[in-house]
Amino acid sequence: MSATSSTIVNLPDQRTATLPKRSYLNNEDGLLSWLLTGDHKRIAILYLISITFFFFIGGAFAGLIRLELLTPQPDLVASDTYNKFFSMHGIIMVFLFLVPSVPATLGNFLMPIMIGAKDLAFPKVNLLSWYLYWIGGLFTLAALVLGGVDTGWTFTTPLSTHYLNTHVITAALGIFIIGFSSIFTGLNFIVTIHRMRAPGMTWFRLPLFVWSNYAASLLMVLGTPVLAITLVLVALERTIGIGVFDPTKGGDPLLFQHLFWFYSHPAVYIMILPGMGVISEVISTFSRKRVFGYTAVAFSSVAIALFGFFVWAHHMFIMGVSNYSALVFSLLTMLVAVPSAIKIFNWAFTLQKGSITFETPMLYAFGFMGLFTIGGMTGVFLGALGMDIHLTETYFIVAHFHFVMVGGMLMAFLSGVHFWWPKMTGRMYPESLSKLAAVTTFIGFNLTFLPQFILGYLGMPRRYHAYPPEFQVLNVLSTAGATVLGVGYMLPLLYLGWSLKYGAIAGNNPWQATGLEWQIQSPPLTENFIEVPVIDYEAYDYEWLAQKMEQEVTTVG
Amino acid sequence: MIAATHAHTHETAQPVEHEHVALPQLRHHFETEEQQREAATFGMWLFLLTEIMFFGGLFFSYLLYRNWYYDAFVVASNQLSVPLGGINTAVLITSGFFMALGVWAAEVKKKGLLVLFLILTILFGCVFIGIKADEYHEKWEKHHIPGDHFDVAEFVNPHAYGLNEKPLPPDAANRTQIFFSLYFLMTGLHALHMLIGLGILFWLLWRAHRGDFSAGYVAPIENFALYWHFVDIVWLFLFPLLYLINRHPGA
Repeated sequence: MSATSSTIVNLPDQRTATLPKRSYLNNEDGLLSWLLTGDHKRIAILYLISITFFFFIGGAFAGLIRLELLTPQPDLVASDTYNKFFSMHGIIMVFLFLVPSVPATLGNFLMPIMIGAKDLAFPKVNLLSWYLYWIGGLFTLAALVLGGVDTGWTFTTPLSTHYLNTHVITAALGIFIIGFSSIFTGLNFIVTIHRMRAPGMTWFRLPLFVWSNYAASLLMVLGTPVLAITLVLVALERTIGIGVFDPTKGGDPLLFQHLFWFYSHPAVYIMILPGMGVISEVISTFSRKRVFGYTAVAFSSVAIALFGFFVWAHHMFIMGVSNYSALVFSLLTMLVAVPSAIKIFNWAFTLQKGSITFETPMLYAFGFMGLFTIGGMTGVFLGALGMDIHLTETYFIVAHFHFVMVGGMLMAFLSGVHFWWPKMTGRMYPESLSKLAAVTTFIGFNLTFLPQFILGYLGMPRRYHAYPPEFQVLNVLSTAGATVLGVGYMLPLLYLGWSLKYGAIAGNNPWQATGLEWQIQSPPLTENFIEVPVIDYEAYDYEWLAQKMEQEVTTVG
Repeated sequence: MIAATHAHTHETAQPVEHEHVALPQLRHHFETEEQQREAATFGMWLFLLTEIMFFGGLFFSYLLYRNWYYDAFVVASNQLSVPLGGINTAVLITSGFFMALGVWAAEVKKKGLLVLFLILTILFGCVFIGIKADEYHEKWEKHHIPGDHFDVAEFVNPHAYGLNEKPLPPDAANRTQIFFSLYFLMTGLHALHMLIGLGILFWLLWRAHRGDFSAGYVAPIENFALYWHFVDIVWLFLFPLLYLINRHPGA
């Protein structure tokens, strides 16, 4: 591997370089100027800090789960405490980290810049969404501090409505509120992309990051309200006993699952689509080529969003849905693999004959491509009816969705954070340490979750805190992997913090990338652009960039 | 106004077209007023789309249970007062009509008329809520509110209560509770939207009285009207689905 032999990083002369005098970071001072800001970039930073906070809480629960599973005996915690561990891990990671991860941070920061706008269409709604996120987050933390909740992240009835006396309503209320935060983000994005594009920025000149966030926003706007009303029904069933989900009164618990998965399956695509957008940008930049099959990749995002609404019952194959509907949902589920594969193949063709360099974002992106492919393929296993009956509710399914969510989305998130870190802060992260972190994460991840595929195939059920002794070797491997993974996630926290003060000055365009966001100063001005940009070139046009840089040199000379 | 325009011209030292004076409400991140207005309207339509999905979960539940427990739904639906529901439908449409007139008044910059129409919109909205509250109160007295105190006596033994209905076996009678749950959820969520709307209407009334919408800035009135009409339309679905299940001629 010739990772060190070539690089496209192009930093200004560090002896003379300085950060810009005026930027969104120092435009106004004081805590209040942040808490009352309408600037999409500042709100993105607020979100970034918030989701990092919740990520490490959710991660701590993952650590506790793996610690308990180190031995076959239930020796660390009691079984109901263990239930609370995995419930809190799921709730926090899904609703407070994965759903807002890329859209609310990187999307918020970059999307208006990428389309040449000064801000999102509704800055106050954007700020409101952050406050709703925190109110919902505080409810979730309250449920945690008051004694936890042990329904699992799915709130399945009648368990959640009749059999548990933990803080179901507090947690459900929290998620209800966070739902509105996500609706407002999606709504803001869609309106902005439709109405705020700069002159010449046609739909097919948009960076693919914008396309994928657009598709995810559609899902947020259409899916989340259904989750909201479902949680209201759960809360009312629990308090008053309205009977809608109660079989003794004629209600149908399966109705809950239909409504819940009608949101929560599309939610999986809310969690992965923006990450795919990041990968498109990164792969193009570090292979110096336009994304192969731009239109196909753009439309595949929309196709994933569309198909995503018609596959929800594959979560319910063993719950007593009819054979015929199971058959239809199985077929539709396999259909989702098509647009996902279109993306993977197009990225692979983008790499082909590209001038590939191996900077940190690219390493994470490679991690994404491999791990997401495994996660996606095992999803097809689970979509097949016969296989699903054997594999569902086992560790196979745990491994499958962690490959997609952690191996996919978290890799993409870290890739994006590294890629745009110089734009957000004006400073570079330390290159070799971050490469170490990327490799550590990849190794740790595989060590954690590959054994779980085998465990699940052998029949170890999920959500139990004890297991037969013959499964111990694989579980020890998994726990060891989780430790490595933890180190892999701690590293960026430390060195990114360090780089805020000591990182090299990045300059406007350290990667020599084509995106509009790289043509302005880093960190950007509050109003992003000094004058409204006029777009007369396609996305990922490296020839245009080369010409532009040549002209700049001659002008200076 | 002329003085203000003049000062503005002086400050920026740029020629300002005499025809066009930027509204003070133009936010800095929009290029033109038209863009701002279009964005706001588009945002409102999207919000209404989320509202459709929000109600959609309840409509789906209704569809399911009405098919399963048709007999119970018929009997329970007969408990609702069609005259009151019908009057309320008329009241709500009238309220929506005045709202539409309000948009017109704002567009032609007639402040007095706008204030009047907003007051009428509020008035009819309140009448709707009042009638709805009366209907709820009746259900409360008859123990038809789902939960621990729900009473099926009237459905098991309707003749004892002077009702001309077919008696239901106890388990089927219990299904009426599902109907009333959905009735209260759907009309309750609708009434909640009305109450929030009335709150916003009072705020708009105050702003209209202050003269905010007298100079061509009508986006808040326009977008609120979209919301208010949406709430009307929801009711136009709720009324037949809940009140008129078995009221066709000859039934």
